[in-house]
Amino acid sequence: MLCMAGALAAGAALAAAPEPPDPWPDLVRDVFDGRPLAEGTGVIAIDMPARAEDAAIVPVTLRLNLAPGDPRSVKAVTLVIDRNPAPVAATFALGPDAGVTAIETRVRVDSYTDVHAVAELDDGTLHMTKIYVKASGGCSAPAAKIADEAKKNLGQMKLRQFAGPDGASREAQLMIRHPNNSGLQMDQLTRLYTPAFFVRDVNIWQGEKLLVKMDAGISLSEDPNIRFTYRPTGAATLRAEAVDTDQNVFRGEWPVGLGE
Amino acid sequence: MLACATALSQAQPAPDPLPVTEIAPGVFIHQGAAAVMTPANAGAIANVGFIVGDAAVAVIDTGGSVAEGRQLADAIRRVTAKPVRYVINTHAHPDHVFGNAAFAGDAIFVGHKNLPRGLAARGPFYLSNFRRILGDDLMTEVKIIAPTWLVDGEDVLDLGGRRLVLHAWPAAHTDADLTVFDEQTQTLLAGDLVFLDHVPVLDGSLRGWLSVLDALARLPAQRVVPGHGPIAAWPDALAPERRYLQRLAEDVRGLIARGAPIRAAEGAAAAEKPHWSLFEEYNTRNATAAFSELEWE
Repeated sequence: MLCMAGALAAGAALAAAPEPPDPWPDLVRDVFDGRPLAEGTGVIAIDMPARAEDAAIVPVTLRLNLAPGDPRSVKAVTLVIDRNPAPVAATFALGPDAGVTAIETRVRVDSYTDVHAVAELDDGTLHMTKIYVKASGGCSAPAAKIADEAKKNLGQMKLRQFAGPDGASREAQLMIRHPNNSGLQMDQLTRLYTPAFFVRDVNIWQGEKLLVKMDAGISLSEDPNIRFTYRPTGAATLRAEAVDTDQNVFRGEWPVGLGE
Repeated sequence: MLACATALSQAQPAPDPLPVTEIAPGVFIHQGAAAVMTPANAGAIANVGFIVGDAAVAVIDTGGSVAEGRQLADAIRRVTAKPVRYVINTHAHPDHVFGNAAFAGDAIFVGHKNLPRGLAARGPFYLSNFRRILGDDLMTEVKIIAPTWLVDGEDVLDLGGRRLVLHAWPAAHTDADLTVFDEQTQTLLAGDLVFLDHVPVLDGSLRGWLSVLDALARLPAQRVVPGHGPIAAWPDALAPERRYLQRLAEDVRGLIARGAPIRAAEGAAAAEKPHWSLFEEYNTRNATAAFSELEWE
């Protein structure tokens, strides 16, 4: 009980203090080695509601917009929720020729915060955009809705497939049952803090070619979810492998095709 | 310092006791405002109340601030000198538990077996986020107090010649929903498993909620005190909520079947808008939560 009281008092003191300084400059240094970030190049866009209606499940879509004929390609995209306890929500490394132009996932938003997305091109340049998002009020919280459910079906995967936005592309959505527990919450029965327990690495291949590799953190919602467009190669299967912080490995393989 | 304290006490006279209505013999209810929690309403948006037995009193939910909890305690003192033996929290949401500190001391806090976990996971976020929503004055005294009497399945509290039957439900509105059934007056205090007028809020499982409604409807109650909205006849009071939840499920399933992205969920259940207050505040989040649940079907 002492621990809990201490933690709550600390939280209250923090909240009463004036708005803490903008964390972004430090994040640029720590996450991007202080490299220059080009803004306003239109290479990347964030589509996200300005108000996080449900703090636990905030949809976010990252759109990659290299002009037709631009010889460069996007190597990786990093999504940063500046004021979350673990700001780097995910980094998506894209396979060469994967043809990914949009990535949708769902995140937790703990506060009123800037959300940054940074695309790294194969010429080494970094391109940044940002959006301001307000955490929801009311009873929503960035916590699991049904804590037992995600544990019970741990690692269950589902792949959904869709026609892409144009005839040449397709879209896939990988869903993984996992509590993606952020840790630090005290179990009031055992008086122990819950250790963080989350999916940290997801790889998705088309045949033998990598489409997306996601390095993820606790800012992703429970049941981590990634939906993305890609350019089909004619390979017969899509395959996924996910690893969580307990080194559990989850695998799935599905025939390429529309319908579920 | 003395002058300062005097000035303060003059500026903030003790508020009146919470207005309560005796809706059945010994069952006293305050109907919360149909609103979101604000500094002006001191978080008093949920229905809260108390039941008086021969020996003791049980409080059912404590309100959205310690200020409201104290007003509720004052309302009890106006009615009876019997001690508050139990404080029952119907689930973890702030408008139902933020008044708990007003009853800390001798009372035993009672809740669903999942409630301590839910409060632990959400409490720190609620405490910091509601500083912004309610302000420091109302939040300073709020403490997250978890139940020590945990209910798994069914349990009974005895107030002296008066039995309260408690049911801990599977995940529905939240994953820690508890109802209180007063046998003597056949009154069901449903917490947020039942909404009337105020749009239902989904923070647990839509499928679970719809299935819990069927079991809930079989309770032999004459009337229900919903978590939000007016006291109503049972089980007719379930009809609007069931209709909303079914519409939400049907619309969201349609979107999923068409391959729509989760953002499209915000248009679900639009036909229900005219029937509810606070629809704009909660429907999109309900639909988002429903989408992420139902896409596993």
